[in-house]
Amino acid sequence: MNQNYAKKVLDRIARTTSIRLTLLAVISAMIVGVVIIVLSDITSLREGDFGTAFGTVFDAYSALFIGSFGSLRALSNTISSTTPLLLCGVSVAVAFKAGLFNIGATGQMLAGGMFSLWVGFSMHGPGIVQIPVAILAGALGGALYGAIPGILKARTGAHEVITTIMLNNMAAFLVLWLLKTTIFQREGRTDPISKLVNPEGILPRLFWFLDDRKDLLAHTGFFVAVLAVIVFWWLLQRSTVGFEFRSVGLNPDAAQYAGMHTKRLMVMAMMISGAFAGMAGASEVLGTYGYASQNFAGNIGFDAIAIALLGRSTPVGTAFAAVLFGALQAGGRQMQANTDVPIDLIVVLRALIFMFIAAPLLVKAIWRVKATQTVEGQSFRGWGA
Amino acid sequence: MQLELRGITKRFPGVVANDQVNLTLQTGEVLGLIGENGAGKSTLMNVLYGLYKPDEGEIVIDGKSTQFLSPADAITAGIGMVHQHFMLVPVFTVAENVVLGIEPTGKYGTLDIDKARAMVREVSDRYHLNLDPDAKIEDLPVGVQQRVEIVKVLLRDAQIVVFDEPTAVLTPGEIIEFFGIVKTLIDAGRGVVFITHKLKEAITVSDRIVVMRRGLVVGEVEPSTATEGEIAEMMVGRAVLLVVNKKPAKPGKTVLSVNGLHVVDPDGRSILQDVSFDVREGEIVGIAGVQGNGQTELVEALTGLRKASAGVVALDGVDITNFSPRKRHELGIAHIPEDRLRQGLIGGLTIGENLVLTRYHDKAFSNGVVMHWDDVRQLSEDLVKKYDIRTPSADMLASTLSGGNQQKVIVARELSRALRLTIASQPTRGVDVGSIEYIHQRIVEERDSGVGVLIVSTELDEVMTLADRLLVMYRGRLVASVDPKTTSAMDVGLYMAGSSPDQLKAS
Repeated sequence: MNQNYAKKVLDRIARTTSIRLTLLAVISAMIVGVVIIVLSDITSLREGDFGTAFGTVFDAYSALFIGSFGSLRALSNTISSTTPLLLCGVSVAVAFKAGLFNIGATGQMLAGGMFSLWVGFSMHGPGIVQIPVAILAGALGGALYGAIPGILKARTGAHEVITTIMLNNMAAFLVLWLLKTTIFQREGRTDPISKLVNPEGILPRLFWFLDDRKDLLAHTGFFVAVLAVIVFWWLLQRSTVGFEFRSVGLNPDAAQYAGMHTKRLMVMAMMISGAFAGMAGASEVLGTYGYASQNFAGNIGFDAIAIALLGRSTPVGTAFAAVLFGALQAGGRQMQANTDVPIDLIVVLRALIFMFIAAPLLVKAIWRVKATQTVEGQSFRGWGA
Repeated sequence: MQLELRGITKRFPGVVANDQVNLTLQTGEVLGLIGENGAGKSTLMNVLYGLYKPDEGEIVIDGKSTQFLSPADAITAGIGMVHQHFMLVPVFTVAENVVLGIEPTGKYGTLDIDKARAMVREVSDRYHLNLDPDAKIEDLPVGVQQRVEIVKVLLRDAQIVVFDEPTAVLTPGEIIEFFGIVKTLIDAGRGVVFITHKLKEAITVSDRIVVMRRGLVVGEVEPSTATEGEIAEMMVGRAVLLVVNKKPAKPGKTVLSVNGLHVVDPDGRSILQDVSFDVREGEIVGIAGVQGNGQTELVEALTGLRKASAGVVALDGVDITNFSPRKRHELGIAHIPEDRLRQGLIGGLTIGENLVLTRYHDKAFSNGVVMHWDDVRQLSEDLVKKYDIRTPSADMLASTLSGGNQQKVIVARELSRALRLTIASQPTRGVDVGSIEYIHQRIVEERDSGVGVLIVSTELDEVMTLADRLLVMYRGRLVASVDPKTTSAMDVGLYMAGSSPDQLKAS
């Protein structure tokens, strides 16, 4: 099988990085973050006032923590950021387990969001019926959009990395166009913004009973995300098709030898992956916004790739990574409000985490971890030696 | 030059690949380094070549302790290595390949290809290697490619040349030529290390044989006095049966019938041409041939992994030419694939999961949606016991097993069910002597239970001893059908090289 080099590297990251190394990578990134915060505090540095500079670090990191877990509001923000990250993270992880690199979570999320949006504003019924139908519609939309790169790969060998990136762009423009059509556009508006989801179709807020200011954003889409993680686990560990996914992902030649229908599995894996991403779109549209604007998918689909890799594509790992990213995002806002440290530091921290994950030897060298799991040692196991 | 490895220890996670190994190498002699897979031969040589840094021990050259941090250091010190898998650029010419990294340059830093040609010619003539500097690597037979590797090493002024399993890819004729080259090298005052697991070859060519087992040097033997049995015993640590015990075959009705099979590769080149043969119940049919003469494609066509472009494959009279691999499997065809790491096993799955890899969809293990892992575990525990797979638990990853035990997993999976036909391709490649003995016995037992067996192997000894009927493949055709009991290995070797004994006698 023709794998490109980038994918091999990502494969290695996803399969061989240990939990300990992942944690060390996160810690390393936080430490580099300290240096960045200190260096960015020019006034204090100029006066040689390191006390103040390190004070800023302390303030920033404590704001980061308090802003993500320190209060009910913080927790709510973390949950609401985590929900779509978790669903998209599972989406990318499923594809990864089947040996596919789905960069198209963004597009699938948009497709799913539009499907559920349509159900959301055109269906009238009790929420208990409407919400599940809308979420399933989101899953369907994502699955259909995910099927395209799957079929292209199975039929023509077109690499999914290329096709999913292209399909992301197509989805973005398709959404833009749809939002200007009479079916979707809100009456009386000229900008691309959709009709509102019917009130019964909105995902209920999690903390509505404690919410006097109506700004605790966390919604029941979170349960969908948690359920998705459980389904992902079940799929991998219990189901027959999951066994096939794992086999194809680990060794497509052996899977074919074993009589598995590798092409059909490719399409199925992309559809299931797309369905999870589609539900992320549904959760955003039905829960967070209540309508759709042009870029309701944001960067979530791309962050999800980092999350799946950080979580080594395992259900538990992906969940932890999504919570970490969600908390950073929620806490970042608080940090920006409390200190002069801009929220962009979060982007830097995420990039650093990812860089350290991608450079296990660097992390090992920094923390003097003995090489307990060298992958390179393989060569002594070849034939005839 | 005298080179000593003193007290070399190299550990990998979970294994000590070399444990306090001492070894002396000298120019002017051939040292045979022999041992099973995983005995630590290659690790030791990689330490010598600067690819691995030993955890303990030192390398001493002519009395001076040195350290090799990279292959470049080893090359400077006069050590050359010819790897089992050649490191050549297929689209480059011989001269271009040979000078890679030491390119002679002209006035303006351009490649002086004439100089490169002259260098190749000079070395080729001196050692009678008979190389054309302008030939493209991809057009050359494997034996010649190996000589290109040798020239590369010699041009870098290697005093001691290490050959890692050099004969694995050669025809019997090429092996004899290779031994000639080794002799020329020795006569020219160089030293040779010959890594192998083939006892006969080690005895033929070495001046001294060092035997390794489990990371230790277990002894040194004199090739002129030692017998194969003795060396095998040292390698394995117990007495080994080197011959296969089998009764004469009692062939029944035809199981597999192949008629006029053609296979064409995606570029339209013909790979198999008009292959026809039968396999009957209770007989072992062997297919001999040098690697790359269409055996791989034949097996793939028989097991459904490759489309036949013409011809008919029938099992018990049913045309299965276009059946899927799974369908064939269900009809009772077992397939032990030639490359267990590429096809036969999934290292990242557990031993148990691998044991059901080809029948996980059976009613016993899955209802179509959910896997019955408890039943899988039960079966795998039974099979681990029955097939003597050495592992603490069937829940370990298959990649943690040694080569021989990995092969036992495949054999257990494929043979532990009702069968009509067993297709085994290189069933013992890279497998330790002890496991070879076991696998051969299992294959003979299959035959005796009335299953048709097709063995494809490039190890001539293996097919000669196992097969009841031997077919020889050359360039995608079956060129001979012989009785292995009455035909000499030399004659079969001639067929494998594309000629026939009669032709030679006639001319």
